[in-house]
Amino acid sequence: MSAIAPPATADTAPPTPDYSEYKLVPARHPWRWVGTVLVAAGVAAIAWSLVTNPRWEWGVVAEWFTAQSVVNGLIETLKLTAISGVLGFVLGFILALMRLSASPLLVSVSWTFSWIFRSTPLLVQLLLWYNLGYLYEKISLGIPFTDVRFFEAQTTTLISQFAAAVLGLTLNQAAYSAEIIRGGILSVDQGQLEAASALGIPAWKRSTRIVLPQAMRAILPNAFNEIIGLVKGTSIVYVLAYSELFYTVQVIYNRTQQVLPLLLVATLWYVVITSVLSVFQYYIERHFSKGALRTLPLTPLQRARKFFTTHVAATPTKDAR
Amino acid sequence: MSIIAARKESTPTAHVADEPHAEASAGDSAGTAPVATRGQVDITNVRKSFGATEVLKGVSLSVPPGGVAVIVGPSGSGKSTLLRTINHLEKVDGGYITIDGELVGYEVRGNKLHELREKDILKQRTNIGMVFQSFNLFPHLTALENVIEAPIVAQKRSKAEARKRGLELLDRVGLKDRADAYPRQLSGGQQQRVAIARALALDPKILLFDEPTSALDPELVNEVLDVIRELAKSGTTLIVVTHEMGFARDVADTVVFMDQGQIVESGTPQDIFANPREERTRSFFSKVIEPAFNI
Repeated sequence: MSAIAPPATADTAPPTPDYSEYKLVPARHPWRWVGTVLVAAGVAAIAWSLVTNPRWEWGVVAEWFTAQSVVNGLIETLKLTAISGVLGFVLGFILALMRLSASPLLVSVSWTFSWIFRSTPLLVQLLLWYNLGYLYEKISLGIPFTDVRFFEAQTTTLISQFAAAVLGLTLNQAAYSAEIIRGGILSVDQGQLEAASALGIPAWKRSTRIVLPQAMRAILPNAFNEIIGLVKGTSIVYVLAYSELFYTVQVIYNRTQQVLPLLLVATLWYVVITSVLSVFQYYIERHFSKGALRTLPLTPLQRARKFFTTHVAATPTKDAR
Repeated sequence: MSIIAARKESTPTAHVADEPHAEASAGDSAGTAPVATRGQVDITNVRKSFGATEVLKGVSLSVPPGGVAVIVGPSGSGKSTLLRTINHLEKVDGGYITIDGELVGYEVRGNKLHELREKDILKQRTNIGMVFQSFNLFPHLTALENVIEAPIVAQKRSKAEARKRGLELLDRVGLKDRADAYPRQLSGGQQQRVAIARALALDPKILLFDEPTSALDPELVNEVLDVIRELAKSGTTLIVVTHEMGFARDVADTVVFMDQGQIVESGTPQDIFANPREERTRSFFSKVIEPAFNI
């Protein structure tokens, strides 16, 4: 405050003027605006070309997007993803526990499984399962090294396209998810297990109630990566002529010759599935982050509600004045 | 600090263990202790090696019911390992440990000691509470959930009953109002007090403390020691590994000095601190006591 300035120094240092009535003006960032304008122009140009270029044939896309055959293919894709995703992660969990066990045999079997399935192309695995009948004519269940058989069937009748697809995708998925789950379990501090056993909590509950909920934080981002990869990975079973989404649109464009629009149909569906999964991922990760963060961030919905209650509700009162 | 609310019903006299050593000791426990009848710990000639290093070289120690034994010694002397053998977190290579006459982790079959099945070991552990240096609270559970987890899962108590008891225990360590906080929202001292409440939730005969204040900021040490001091008067047997010499002098009935996997000497705090018989004890205290005592 100028009032405090000692009068003796008034000649050499002039008293500080009173700025209390001045307005504060934030610094301007002109280059930020230039960048924003350039990017906006680019985005607009792309959008414009998507809308106006007739060769995208949006009419055809719209026509086929909800066609019965495409929807059937979509359902097959979802079915394959769900079944091989769930089975893959269950098997992966077992493999991860084997890998972490104290038995050298379990450890090496688990390691070998991951090694084999991660080092062979999925395409080869699928074709191998589908052609298993060539290697083993019959599949039977009985007592090994004897002639006792409880069940016997031709391999070709047992392994349909669907069975081969599920087998291939599941086993491949299991090999990858085993590593993800193992990584998650390793990320939990050893002291947690120790504290749980000191409290007399049984082994199974130690895993499910203490270790896994904490491991989930490390597992989830990778697991969703895998599931999203799997959604599109199912398209590879077209080699078995299995009519999932991708194979279906292929069949259609081979007939109609509208290649790009139909690929776009499939792509848009994959985008939709991935978007839905991403929303799930957000909320599931949020659920498992309780206790890991001091305060949970607001969900987009809560943020929107807060925005509307503070801003929109505030505007009418301003207008009223 | 008004951390400790009135001492509750926790006097252990209700469950009388048929224990010959019981009366030998009761008089020792500090202050107005109720006569303790359970929680006699006998460690007999325990040996333990990690690879080629022998960390326990035949250790024997008896702690009477309601007794407070404080184990001190340089790092690497085997104090923590000894503590961890008492609840079979660490398997012994030789010797044995009994609690109220019952072998820990083993049973007699013929003339051999067979290791118990996991299930039975877990059952024994519910008699032995343990508090860790690094707290080891479950970070994904609230303070109250941490306390009631073991009573519900290991002792199959009803949730309502466990909650009621859990809140009493949190009240006892002065944290009733923080029952719904997650460990990361609590200070180190508060976390350790929750960990103590968690260990008490199983109604243990014995409480083991593994350097309970070593991970704490200096100004938080006392709030934890106050809780342990209060427990020392309650008749539960306490075995504490610590570097807090002032605390050892105040609270212990028996101070045990360990070095290089052996008990060098043990006795009352006055004996050990004022006139240690062994040269090793004297030289250790000359290094640690001065900073610890100028409180």
